[in-house]
Amino acid sequence: MKNILIGMMLLFVTLSTQAQDKKNKNAKFEIAVGGNCEMCKKRIEKAAFSVKGVKSADYHLDDNTLHLIINEEKCSILDVKKAIANVGHDTDEVKATDEVYENLHECCKYERK
Amino acid sequence: MLFVFTATFSQEKLDEVKIDIKQKGIKKSLTKTANTSVVTSKELLKAACCNLAESFETNPSIDVNFSDALTGTKQIKMLGLTSPYLMITEENIPSVRGASQAYGLSFTPGTWVDNIQITKGAGSVVNGYESITGQINTELLKPLKDIPFFLNVYGSTDSRYEVNTHFNKKISDKWATSLFVHGNARVTKNDMNDDHFLDNPIGKQVNFTNRWQYSNPETGWVSFFNIKFMKDEKQTGEYDFDPKFDKLTTNHWGSEINTERLDFTSKIGYVFKDMPYQSIGFQNAFSSHNQDSYFGLNQYNIKQQSYYSNLIFNSIINNTMHKFSTGLNFTYDKYAEFVNLIDVSRIDNSVGAFFEYNFDNLNKLSYTLGGRLDYHNRLGVFFTPRLHVKYNPWEKSVFRFSAGRGKRAANIYAENQQLFGSSRVFSILDTNGKIYGLNPEIAWNYGISFTQNFTLFGKSADMTLDFYRTDFQNQAIVDVMQSPQQVLFYNLKGASYANSLQIDFNYEIIKHFNLRTAYKYYDISTDYLSGSFQRPLQAKHRFFGNLEYETHIKEKGKQWKFDFTWNWLGKQQLPTTATNPVDDRLPEFSPSFSVMNTQITRTFSSVFEVYIGGENIGNYRQQNAILGEHNPFGTHFDTSIVYAPIFGQMYYAGLRFKIK
Repeated sequence: MKNILIGMMLLFVTLSTQAQDKKNKNAKFEIAVGGNCEMCKKRIEKAAFSVKGVKSADYHLDDNTLHLIINEEKCSILDVKKAIANVGHDTDEVKATDEVYENLHECCKYERK
Repeated sequence: MLFVFTATFSQEKLDEVKIDIKQKGIKKSLTKTANTSVVTSKELLKAACCNLAESFETNPSIDVNFSDALTGTKQIKMLGLTSPYLMITEENIPSVRGASQAYGLSFTPGTWVDNIQITKGAGSVVNGYESITGQINTELLKPLKDIPFFLNVYGSTDSRYEVNTHFNKKISDKWATSLFVHGNARVTKNDMNDDHFLDNPIGKQVNFTNRWQYSNPETGWVSFFNIKFMKDEKQTGEYDFDPKFDKLTTNHWGSEINTERLDFTSKIGYVFKDMPYQSIGFQNAFSSHNQDSYFGLNQYNIKQQSYYSNLIFNSIINNTMHKFSTGLNFTYDKYAEFVNLIDVSRIDNSVGAFFEYNFDNLNKLSYTLGGRLDYHNRLGVFFTPRLHVKYNPWEKSVFRFSAGRGKRAANIYAENQQLFGSSRVFSILDTNGKIYGLNPEIAWNYGISFTQNFTLFGKSADMTLDFYRTDFQNQAIVDVMQSPQQVLFYNLKGASYANSLQIDFNYEIIKHFNLRTAYKYYDISTDYLSGSFQRPLQAKHRFFGNLEYETHIKEKGKQWKFDFTWNWLGKQQLPTTATNPVDDRLPEFSPSFSVMNTQITRTFSSVFEVYIGGENIGNYRQQNAILGEHNPFGTHFDTSIVYAPIFGQMYYAGLRFKIK
C-alpha cells in the first residue's frame, strides 16, 4: 500500500515537472537593454531577429526595454541576450565587451551601468 | 489592443508622431511601404467640408472637379483619372462603386469622418482587383473613442443648410454605440447667371448611422456593426420647372434624382492570445441602393443590391520582419437598371483568393508583394499582381516604387449619367462584350515617388516628386469628341494612357504659419475614333497653394485659425462643339483661371467654435455653362460641359459644439 502511494506520488511529481518543462511557443519577455537612439533600436532589433525562434522584437527607447516574443522550443532568452551583447548592447545578464562597445557609432554610446 | 487589430486589419501601421507637438493636417510617412498620406480630422475642418467629396479641397493629391449644374456633386480625380478608377472604401469595405459611383461621395457627411488614407498607385490586393490609380479609405469616428455629444450647424449664401448631430454612449468598458444624424437641404432656387436654369440643385438629404463597437482586450475579440440609411432628393433644371406639372413633358426642362440607400456592415476580428501579430478578420456588407431619376425626357433608374464578404488572416513567417495576409473575397451585385425604360439589368458575382507578403528589413528597405486570383462571371478568371517597394537611401528621405494591374467592369450609364442632361444620343458601338456589349477595362499602373524632409532657415520643409503612369490595355471609351449630338461608347482601339507628375513643396514659414504648394502636370491621352485627344475637362497644368496660420492656444483652448487655398487651372480640352451653330459653340480649349477659398475659425473653448468662410471668392464663373439653353428639347442642349464654377462666390458660416 505504502509503495503504491509512493509510486503514485512519484508519478505525480514527474508529471508535474514534465508539465513545467513544456516549452512555450509564444513566450513573452521584457528585458532591459542599454541604448540611445533610432540606430540603436534598429541594431538591437536586428540582433534579436538574428536568433532563430525570435518572433517579435520591439525596442522601446523611452524606457530602454526590449519587448520579445520567442519560441522557447527553438531558442532561450539567454541566446537573445548574447546576440544583443555581441553587437554592443548590455543586457541585465550578458554585457557587451568593451571592444564592441567602443566601436559603436558616436551617438549610440549609451551610458553603461 | 484595438489599435493593433485595426492596424493589422487595414494593413497599414500609422507610425506614431513623436516629435510633433501639434497634429499635422496631412501626414506623410517615411516608413510605410505604400505611398499613403493620412488626412486627419484637423484637415477636414479647414474647408466647408459638407461631405466626403468636398473634403479634398485642401489636398494636392486629389483634384476636385467643379460640380455641374445638374447634379451639384463634385467628382474627384486622382492621377488625372476619375473616381471609377479609384478604390473608394469605408473602413476597408468598398463603398463607392457601381450605382453609387456618381453621387456616392456626397452620401458620407464630413463630420462623421475620423481620418482618410490616400494611397497613390496600385494599392493592396486585400480589398479587390478594381483599383487602378489609387485607394481612398475613410475611417469613421470610433464609438469607443467618441465624445458623448457633437453638434454642427452650417448655412451658406447658396442657401444650403446642414445639421449634424452625434450621440455616443459607452454601455460598458467593452461596448459602445454612436448615433449620427445628418440632414441637409437647399431650399431656395439660385440663378446667378440668368440663363433660366438653376445653378445648383435644390433638394434635401437625411442620413442616419448607428454604429456598435465591441472590444475585449483580454480575449482578443473585437467587432463593429453598422446600420446606415440615407435618402437624398434633388431637383434641377429650368427655374420655372415644377415637377408636379412638368415632369417628363416639354413645358419646361427639369430633372429629379431621388436615391435611397441602406447599408448593413459587420466586422468581427480576433487577435490570437499571446500573438499580437496574428489575427483573423471577417467582414460582411450588404447594401441596397435605389436611384430613380429623369433628366428632361431621359429616364434613368438603377437599383443595386450588393453583398460583399472578406475573410482575412494575418500572421508572420518566422518573425515580424516577414508578415503576410491571406484570405478570400466574395462579391455579388444585382443591378436592375433601366435606361429610357430599356432593361439593361444584370447580375455580377465574383470570388477570389489573395496572398500578400510584406518584408521589412527594419532599416531601409521594405516591400509588399501581393497577388490575387479571381473568378468573375463577366471578367473571367484572372490574376492581379501588385508590388510596392520602399527604400530610405539616406536620412529623412524615402524612395518608393509601385506597379500593379487592375481590372473592372465599367458601369457606363451610372458613371456618366451627367450626360443624360443633354440631347446627346447614347450609342454603344461594340456588341460582343459581356458588359453592355463592352469588354472589361484593364490597366497597368506604375509609379515612382521621392520625398526629402529638410530644414530651411531653421524651419522644417519637405519636398516630394511623384511620377505615375497608367497604361490601358482596354478601356470603355466615353467619346464626346465625335459629335455634340452623340456620346459613343466603345472598346479602346489604339492607345490610352495617363501620365501624372506632381511636385510638392511644404514649408513652415514661421511657427504656426505653414505653406503647402504643388504643381501638377497631366498628360492624359486617348485614341478616339476622330483622332487622339487629351481627356476632356482635364487641365494639363495645375498649381495649388495653401496657407494656414494659427494663433497660440490660450487659456481654455481659445484660438484663431486662418486658412487660404488657391488653385490655378490651365486650359482644358473641351468636348467638340464645332458643328453646332455659332451661339452654341464652345472653343476647343477652356481659358485658364484660378479659384480661391478661405476660412476663419474662432475657437472659444475646447467645446465651442464658430467658422466662416468663402468659396471662389474671386468670383470666377464659367460663361455659357449650358449650351442651347433657349431650346432645351432641341438638338444642341448640353449641361454636361462644366470646366469652372457656375455659381460664383459663396460664403458660409457654421458652428461646432461638443460635450466631452
